[in-house]
Amino acid sequence: MKYIVCIKQVPDTMDVKVDPETKRIVREGVPSIMNPYDYYAVEEALRLKERFGGTTIAISMGPPQAEAVLRESISLGIDEAYLLSDRAFAGSDTLATSYTLSQAIKKIGDFSIILCGREAMDGSTGQVGPELAEHLEIPVITYVSKIINVAENQMECVRLLEDHYETLKSPLPVLITVIKEINEPRLPSLKGMLKAKKAQIPTWTKQDIGGNDAQFGQDGSPTKVVEIWRPEIKKEGKIVTGEPDELAEILFQELKKLGVA
Amino acid sequence: MEIKVNKEKCTGCKICVDVCPAGAIEIQNEKAYINEKCTLCKLCVSECPVNAIEVIGEEKKVSTLDLSKYKGIWFFAEQKKGKLSHVAYELLGISLKLARTLEEEVCGVYFGSKGEDAAKELFSRGADKVYVVEDTSLDEFRQDVYVCLMTELVKKYKPNIVLASATMIGRSFLPQTAARLKTGLTADCTDLAIDPETKLLQQIRPTYGGNLMAKIICENHRPQMATIRPKAVEEAKPVGNRNGTIVRDDFTSFNATCRVDLISKQEVEQTIDLQEAEIIVSGGRGLGDGKNFDMIRKLAKLIGGAVGSSRAAVDAGWIPYPHQVGQTGKTVKPKIYIACGISGAIQHLAGMSTSDYIIAINKDPNAPIFKVANLGIVGDIFEVIPKLIQKLESK
Repeated sequence: MKYIVCIKQVPDTMDVKVDPETKRIVREGVPSIMNPYDYYAVEEALRLKERFGGTTIAISMGPPQAEAVLRESISLGIDEAYLLSDRAFAGSDTLATSYTLSQAIKKIGDFSIILCGREAMDGSTGQVGPELAEHLEIPVITYVSKIINVAENQMECVRLLEDHYETLKSPLPVLITVIKEINEPRLPSLKGMLKAKKAQIPTWTKQDIGGNDAQFGQDGSPTKVVEIWRPEIKKEGKIVTGEPDELAEILFQELKKLGVA
Repeated sequence: MEIKVNKEKCTGCKICVDVCPAGAIEIQNEKAYINEKCTLCKLCVSECPVNAIEVIGEEKKVSTLDLSKYKGIWFFAEQKKGKLSHVAYELLGISLKLARTLEEEVCGVYFGSKGEDAAKELFSRGADKVYVVEDTSLDEFRQDVYVCLMTELVKKYKPNIVLASATMIGRSFLPQTAARLKTGLTADCTDLAIDPETKLLQQIRPTYGGNLMAKIICENHRPQMATIRPKAVEEAKPVGNRNGTIVRDDFTSFNATCRVDLISKQEVEQTIDLQEAEIIVSGGRGLGDGKNFDMIRKLAKLIGGAVGSSRAAVDAGWIPYPHQVGQTGKTVKPKIYIACGISGAIQHLAGMSTSDYIIAINKDPNAPIFKVANLGIVGDIFEVIPKLIQKLESK
């Protein structure tokens, strides 16, 4: 059994500060981190190995610096990691990204379960998982909250949809995207950190993974970003201060006016 | 294509360093330098005050498809147990808006039982045509089957645009469909428009956790596909008795097989659907403890509202994920939104800032939530809310 986890390095944008004068994002000191949802995918791969045996592999596509998140995955217990990095991958949309990942996964070969986080915190598309499954011609199950069993070339799991859970059975190989509920990610162990420090993480370029030139990077990306801007935060309402009693009264009157009190 | 800094012009002012969402620009020897993290978004190009950042080798790609063969605006009419979901009307609403500029047919695509009822409902709100694949088994979402049906219908009828709602279902099956059709798909759009000159679909979406907005196009591939965030656009209103065309394709003709078996279903206990609620009372980090959500629940109950929360409160384990409002939770647009002890990180604002009337209670007068609030109460939630509850109870 080979469990392959796809992880992404993202800028830690969720708590960005905006300079009140220039209205620009303060980027200094904003670190790059592993996409928070990917920790759940890494953890689940580790648990699959503990429960059913096998090997865990992490891959990431990104600039050379993205090696850091692969090293982190090794510190958590992942066995092997590969970085997919090439200037030719720059400007990839989700279709080109998923194609690139699929070529690397085919090179690794003989996989049972591919795991992805439900989406990345920066782009928040959630598209790479299902698109990757299509390139690999394997079934995909999104929003998985529990893996019940893996046996005899099949997996049983629970997934969340808008208002219900489904218990599903899929043949292997399969691709799953996981949600927070699935587990509680562990912290790196001391042994893991030492291993991560020493680990060799090969970098694979376009040449290494092979494939159709026209499907990589910007050429392989049907979508194109033509404009980026900062959203304006519009409303300027009234702001009141005062004693708790007064404030509660103002609120009460306001709710009355709105017809709900 | 490459983005390069003209070192002669660059003054080392660092503006580009601050604007780059990917953190790909560094200053070395007082000149900007673009590293491998660059995603070619070009935001820096327009922001550079001395025009020192240049795009090199941007070639105009030419499509191999005959784009003029692709006509019509399609939207996936999602149903629950054979009844149209409100998101279907939202998609119809935005499709009708696009049709005003594009002047092409607006067509629903419906998989499930009771196809005729669904089609009539969509006609009465302005749809011209509805493609129906009818079978009771389609009332259940089956990834492989939905992908197969949508792909085959697109190949057969060649629509120009295909939209689905960014529900868990839309976000699951549309990416795989787009990959099978080898075309582009833009996730989670909050608005769409047609470029009056090129007639291309402009897809507008928040990115980088809601810190930035992006406009995305799909020039040379068809169909142009997008998922639309629920509650981001207005529903189409009934326009009276109208007729339309139903186009039926026999389910058995698709030979759709599903590799994944459904073994059982468990309904999630849901007291109220956040996205349907007219009043929402949300709690955040300021609550300090999960048990303090009782106060929020009480207030919500008194004014007939649903309970929401910020990501911080969900991450802390104080309340389950279905209550989360924001970029990675639900987008809501209630008549009244009351934020209690929520600072208003951009990721939260992305999910609620279009609410009709926003009340914020927070003790920090500088909390960003006050920027979107119609009424901002600077005060301690533990003092103000219990007093408000008293007043509501004793009226």
